Amino acid sequence: MAQFTAPCPPREGDISRRSVLQGAVALGALGPVRAADVVPHAAIAVDHKSQVSKPMTSYIGTATSRIDGHAKVTGGAKYAAEFNVPGLVHAFVVASTIAKGRILRIDASEALRVEGVIDVLTHEKRPRMADTDQAYKDDVAPEGTPFRPLYDGRILFNGQPVALVLAERWEIARLAASLVHVEYEQEAHVTDPYRQREAAFVLPEPAKSRGNAAEAFAAADVRHQGEYHVPIEHHNPMEPFASTVTWDGGGKLTVYDKTQGVQNVQRYVCSIFDMNPDDVRVVSPFVGGAFGSGLRPQYQVVLAVLAARALERSVRLVLTRQQMYSLGYRPAMIQRIELGATTGGTLNAITHDAITVTSQYEDFYRNETTWSGLLYKSANAQYTHKLTRLDLPTSCDMRGPSATTGVYALESAMDELAVALSLDPLELRLRCYSDRDQNNGDVPFSSKNLRECYRQGAEMFGWEKRNREPRSMRDGSELVGWGMATGVWEALQVPITVRIKLTANGHAEVACATSDIGTGTYTIMAQVAADALGLPLDNISIKLGDSTLPQSPVEGGSWIAASVSNGIVTTSNAIREELLRLAKRVPDSPFANATSDEVALADGRLVSRLDASRAISIADVMRVGAVDRIEQEKSTSFANDGKHAHNAHSALFAEVKVDEQLSVIRVTRIVSAVAAGRILNPKTAHSQVMGGVVWGIGMALHEETLIDHKFGRIMNANIAEYHVPVNADVHDIKVIFVEEQDHIVNPLGIKGLGEIGLVGVAAAIANAIYHATGKRVRDLPITLDKLQR
Amino acid sequence: MTQNNTVAKTRNNISVALVVNGTGQRFSVAPWTTLLDALRDQLDLTGTKKGCDHGQCGACTVLVDGRRVNSCLTLVVMKDGAEVTTIEGLAPSGGLHPLQQAFIDHDAFQCGYCTPGQICSAAGLIAEGKAKTDDEIRELMSGNLCRCAAYPNIVAAIRQAMSVMVEKP
Repeated sequence: MAQFTAPCPPREGDISRRSVLQGAVALGALGPVRAADVVPHAAIAVDHKSQVSKPMTSYIGTATSRIDGHAKVTGGAKYAAEFNVPGLVHAFVVASTIAKGRILRIDASEALRVEGVIDVLTHEKRPRMADTDQAYKDDVAPEGTPFRPLYDGRILFNGQPVALVLAERWEIARLAASLVHVEYEQEAHVTDPYRQREAAFVLPEPAKSRGNAAEAFAAADVRHQGEYHVPIEHHNPMEPFASTVTWDGGGKLTVYDKTQGVQNVQRYVCSIFDMNPDDVRVVSPFVGGAFGSGLRPQYQVVLAVLAARALERSVRLVLTRQQMYSLGYRPAMIQRIELGATTGGTLNAITHDAITVTSQYEDFYRNETTWSGLLYKSANAQYTHKLTRLDLPTSCDMRGPSATTGVYALESAMDELAVALSLDPLELRLRCYSDRDQNNGDVPFSSKNLRECYRQGAEMFGWEKRNREPRSMRDGSELVGWGMATGVWEALQVPITVRIKLTANGHAEVACATSDIGTGTYTIMAQVAADALGLPLDNISIKLGDSTLPQSPVEGGSWIAASVSNGIVTTSNAIREELLRLAKRVPDSPFANATSDEVALADGRLVSRLDASRAISIADVMRVGAVDRIEQEKSTSFANDGKHAHNAHSALFAEVKVDEQLSVIRVTRIVSAVAAGRILNPKTAHSQVMGGVVWGIGMALHEETLIDHKFGRIMNANIAEYHVPVNADVHDIKVIFVEEQDHIVNPLGIKGLGEIGLVGVAAAIANAIYHATGKRVRDLPITLDKLQR
Repeated sequence: MTQNNTVAKTRNNISVALVVNGTGQRFSVAPWTTLLDALRDQLDLTGTKKGCDHGQCGACTVLVDGRRVNSCLTLVVMKDGAEVTTIEGLAPSGGLHPLQQAFIDHDAFQCGYCTPGQICSAAGLIAEGKAKTDDEIRELMSGNLCRCAAYPNIVAAIRQAMSVMVEKP
């Protein structure tokens, strides 16, 4: 076997273009000839279907392999728990075993006698922390009183950290944690949403209801009403939550954290520990999945910093998989939908009520209900959202928050309405198609190509061959069902700042404090910068995931692709203007009278848009300007004209096969047709939507956090008994990106893709199961026992 | 309570020799040390990931004497004298193993955290020679979870690498 040589890990947040471009080469982005020279297996490159035909100079829209791919397939990509420094102290959390009450006494003496244990921190024995709610509010905290880890003796949820063992070795810390004895005074708790249903309180109206839905429902020709149930779900990213805090001397800290927002964590830590912003740097070059769980700073970062300050040493804290179930979750919800239609299949009444759950101390909720009256045309629509409190941690955003669940209920109800109308479910959607956002001023959409999603999706799936009768299709011993649903998400964008450093040799470094949680942000940033600066892709390096970089909000809500891409264009324009200013100094400059709009950057040169023969190379411009680089940092914000709704849409078609005797369910085919504006990278975009579809399979068939309400404790707090889809659960998934040009949403016409792939999938599967079996299950997940009842 | 006598003696380390990625390594480990923790903490081979520490997710998969194992369920002391290959040692220095290249080509990952385990598991799978069809690949790769759900791309990548490795063993 060959001598092992460690790969050179990338510098934090700095993806070396030179080492990581091979994938792009293999895909043909730079031409197959060179690819054959560089990459041994380039000839076998793949996924030709997803490539789009574009000029070689245009990276945007071209299927491109991840620029961080090399680091990820070689083990070179470093995640939060993988920054090893000398003298690292290992921490382990001791978690509460009751759901509500207070700590009477903590006896750590036995733990402290274990050789190698340094200390045990508790609420009674720890460095100072802030004592106001405000200090614990992060950028995306909901209303309420944020949880303060190890702050006092109150127990707010089962699994709450009550002590932190610090030891020279991880195994020793884990052992000693089992020897910390905690006595509690227990109080009665409640963790069952159905027991707290009557205690739910009404939230402010999520959107203005219109007309009189109750009257219209009563008068409707055809009515459907149903109650739909979604359990608590946990994100379960593959990477456990972890923080490595290095003690850099003089009280300065570098925090390697698993997060979707390094600057959010940085402000939060500074606020809690009253630290100077210059003394805390938060770094997160790679994030092993998050799906919303990393939007808010989690308690492990507080505890790791607390320990580092207590010991004045570097500390690592990694949560166990079990302990990750003491973080946020998708709230359980009970939804009631009433639909009233004419016999012709047009809606006249929509009522959507939801009850969701949160903790006793913060009011987390999103807007499940108003997707209904956005998606379909109806003169009357009524929304009510209630919240109820449980003795659990605060619920939080999980992929496609509110739409994933709200649209599941709506699209299940629409399928039931189609049955009541004896109408094809796709035909019903077309008859109720809305060209305007009736929730918000009855405005048109900036673009909406959902009709084309329906058409192309149905065609690829073969929907026209569907026999509408339930139990009418079979394959041997299996019943076959075909179902469909619609998906919708909001095209959001956030203010962001991008810095670009262009050097005379035609290389550019693009920097922004955003994150890449696996979505492909590194790669799309490089693609956009290469096009905007007229440089080859491999001349671009990307820096992200570092709180010292230019500002970015948390990465979530599918808003970063649009925001950072347009941000890169803004800053690139400033670079171009500066180059033009310098180019005017060139003797007999061809740009003497040129305006900024008349020049472009292409092939490493400043080029006239009016006459391509008028051009000066970047190197020459900088030489004349006596500079070796140009650096610009610009902020971009996105004004909403209020005259348009910004949304992405999808159409889902699902095939299930259900064993007639055993009720085992397999999702054998799914087609997802997505209209989400401009697709920056068809390759990574395909992966995002495909991943969303698989999440939908999990939501429909597998995922459910089970609580033993007697103890208020999660019973399946592990990744074997909390079921997520595995490879064998996933069969044929086809993704279509429907052409959708949008000149209004933002200059590049980008809508984002992180959420839309999931929304609607569970309903399409549930509807297919009804079609296969004739049995309507209205509470997720649809497990085989529910079909057997 | 029976825990009064559990105060640990942590000094009784055991000496173990392994060949890791072609290089002989001698460890002095507490008997409870897993192969996963030894690789990550003592050899700084952090390419092998800890996802659950319970053998449920497969992120820690490495090759021991050519067979894929969950390193989180493997005590170092059980493997004295074994040859261990991790993601860092799968390809000759500087190059990419056909599976690594195929994973890039097919975008067989997003966040990348399960990826080293997927690739090592796939290498073990191919060596086992059992999987001939996509369904068999899916079934025999189901011990490796991917929450980003790149599963169809993982199957395509394995198929590509299998064909390359058959042509050029």
